[in-house]
Amino acid sequence: MGQIGLNFQIQRKIYSVTELNLAIKGLLEKQFPDVWVAGEVSNFRGASSGHLYFTLKDAGAQLRAVCFRNQARYLKFKPQDGISVIARGRLGVYEARGEYQLYVEYLEPAGLGALQLAFEQLKAKLAAEGLFDPARKKPLPVLPRTVGVVTSPTGAVIRDILRVLRRRFRNMNVLIYPARVQGEGAGEEIAEGIKQFNRERKVDVMILARGGGSLEDLWPFNEERVARAIAASKIPVISAVGHETDFTIADFVADLRAPTPSAAAELVVHPKRDFRSELGNRVRHMAQLVQLKISDARARWTELRSHRAFQTLAARVRERAQRVDDNITSIERVIQTRLERARRRWLELSAHLLRYEPARLLQISRLQLHEQKARFERSVEEMTRRVGELLSARRESWLRASAGITRYDFARSLALKHAARAERVTKVGTEFQSYLVERRNRLAQATAILNERSPLIVLDRGYSITRDASGRIVRDAAQVEVGDELSIRLARGELEASVNRKKP
Amino acid sequence: MSAPAKLGKEDSFEKNLERLDAIVAELEDAELPLEKALQLYEEGMKLSEVCHKQLSEAEGRVEILMKKAGGKLAAEPFESEEGEKP
Repeated sequence: MGQIGLNFQIQRKIYSVTELNLAIKGLLEKQFPDVWVAGEVSNFRGASSGHLYFTLKDAGAQLRAVCFRNQARYLKFKPQDGISVIARGRLGVYEARGEYQLYVEYLEPAGLGALQLAFEQLKAKLAAEGLFDPARKKPLPVLPRTVGVVTSPTGAVIRDILRVLRRRFRNMNVLIYPARVQGEGAGEEIAEGIKQFNRERKVDVMILARGGGSLEDLWPFNEERVARAIAASKIPVISAVGHETDFTIADFVADLRAPTPSAAAELVVHPKRDFRSELGNRVRHMAQLVQLKISDARARWTELRSHRAFQTLAARVRERAQRVDDNITSIERVIQTRLERARRRWLELSAHLLRYEPARLLQISRLQLHEQKARFERSVEEMTRRVGELLSARRESWLRASAGITRYDFARSLALKHAARAERVTKVGTEFQSYLVERRNRLAQATAILNERSPLIVLDRGYSITRDASGRIVRDAAQVEVGDELSIRLARGELEASVNRKKP
Repeated sequence: MSAPAKLGKEDSFEKNLERLDAIVAELEDAELPLEKALQLYEEGMKLSEVCHKQLSEAEGRVEILMKKAGGKLAAEPFESEEGEKP
C-alpha cells in the first residue's frame, strides 16, 4: 500500500478536466471504433435538425446514443420508445458534458426486419388516421368507359391484364401510365401516375399492378406517398400487387384489393354477356309484371261485370239492343207488306189492262211497272242494308264501350251512348217511313194515269165503247135486240143509237 | 374530344341501369294503374336499348401515356410485345 502511495506521490500527474476527457475519449474511440450493441430504445427525441437522440437500455444499464441526420436518412424505419434494436456505431465522448455515447451509423429492429417494422408502423399510423376506413372506399363504376393501369409497360403483368380485359369486354378502352414498380424512385412514379389520372380524368377506374416479389421488391407499394396518393384519388383505385398472400399498404388504402393483376382485370369489368343477360332479365321481368297487370285488370273487369248494379245496366243494354232488333224486324215486315201490296196492285192492274186490247200499250205499261218494281225492290234492299249496317255498327260500338268500361263512370257514358243510338234508330225509322210514303204516292199516281188515260187512247184510235140501256158494255150482238137503245162512247162525245139489224 | 361532350348529354350506363331497376320496382307495385304500367314498360324498353348501345360504344383503344419534349404527356397506341398472338 505504502509503496503504491509512494509511487503515486512520486509520479503524480494532474490532468485538467479537458485533458482527462480527451484522454478517455481517445481510449474509448480507439477501443470501440465499431461495435454492435443490442438494447431497447427510450427517451427518443427527433430534433428539428434531423438528428435523432435516444437512450439504449437493458435491465441494468443505459447508454446514450445519437444518430446524425446523414445516417438517419437511410433508416428504413422510425425508431421509437420501447422497441428493441441492434445498433452499430462507434463510441465517442461528448467532452462538454463528460458523457460518452454511441454514435449510431446503422440501426435495425431486433426480431422483425427493418422493412417489416416500417410496414407495421406506417400501417398503424394510416389506420389511426382512418385511411383504411371502409366508409372511405369508393364504389367501382358498373361499366367503365376507360380503365387506367399504372404499371410497368413491359412484362407479363400488363399482358395478363389486357388479355383478361379483352376476353371479358373486347371493346373496353385502356390507358396505361408506365411506371417503374421496384427500386429507388418507383414509389414516386406510381404516386405520380395516380395523380396524373386524377388530373386528366380520362379513366373511370384505375388498377395499380405489379407481379410477385420479395418484401423489398414490393416496397414502393408500402411507401407513404403512394398510400397518400391513393387516399387522395377521386377515381376508384384497385390494387393488384404481388401474389394472393402479399399484402401492401396500397392494398389497405385502395378501394378494392385484387389478389393478382389478372383478378384485378376481372374485378374491373363484368363480362359483356353478363351485362346483356342482366338487361335481358330486367326486360323479361318488366314484361311479366305488365302481363300480370293486364290479367289483373281483366279479372277485375270480369268481377265488376258480374256485380249486381252492373248486371242491371248490362240487362238494360241488352234490352235496348233487342229493341233495335225488333225495330228492324218490324221495319222489314212493313217493307214486305208494302211490297206485297204493290205487287198485288200491279197484278190487278195488269189483269185490268189485259182486258183492253192494244198489246203495245200493255207492253209499255208492263215495262214501266217492271222498272218501278225493280227500283222499288232495290230501294227496299238498300234500306234493309243500311238499317242492318247501322245496327251492327251500333253493336260494335256497344261492345267497344263495354270493353272499355273499368272503374270509372262507365254507366253515364253507356247511358249517353244508348240515348244516341235510340235517336239514330228513330231517325232511320222516320226516314224510311217518308220514303215509303213517297214511293206509294208515285205508284198511285202512275196507276191513276194508266187508269184514266188508257181507254181514252183506245178511243182516240177510232174504237168506241157501246153500252146498253142499263150501262153494260156490249161485247156480243146477242146481248141486244133490234130496236134496243144503245149509247156509244167516242173519243170525243157520245152517240145515242138504236139497233136496226143484227148480224151474229 | 367528342366523348365527354356526349356523356354530358346522355346519362351513364349506370344511371340508365338504376332507372331501369327503379321501373321494375315501380311495376311491382300492385296499385299501379295499367296505363301507367304500360307507359313505364315503354320507357324501360327504350332504356334497355340505350344500355345495349352503350355496351358497344367503346372502341377498344389501348393507349400508353408517353412523355413528350417539354415534359407533356400524350397518349399513344400501346403495342403489347405479344400483340400478334391471339
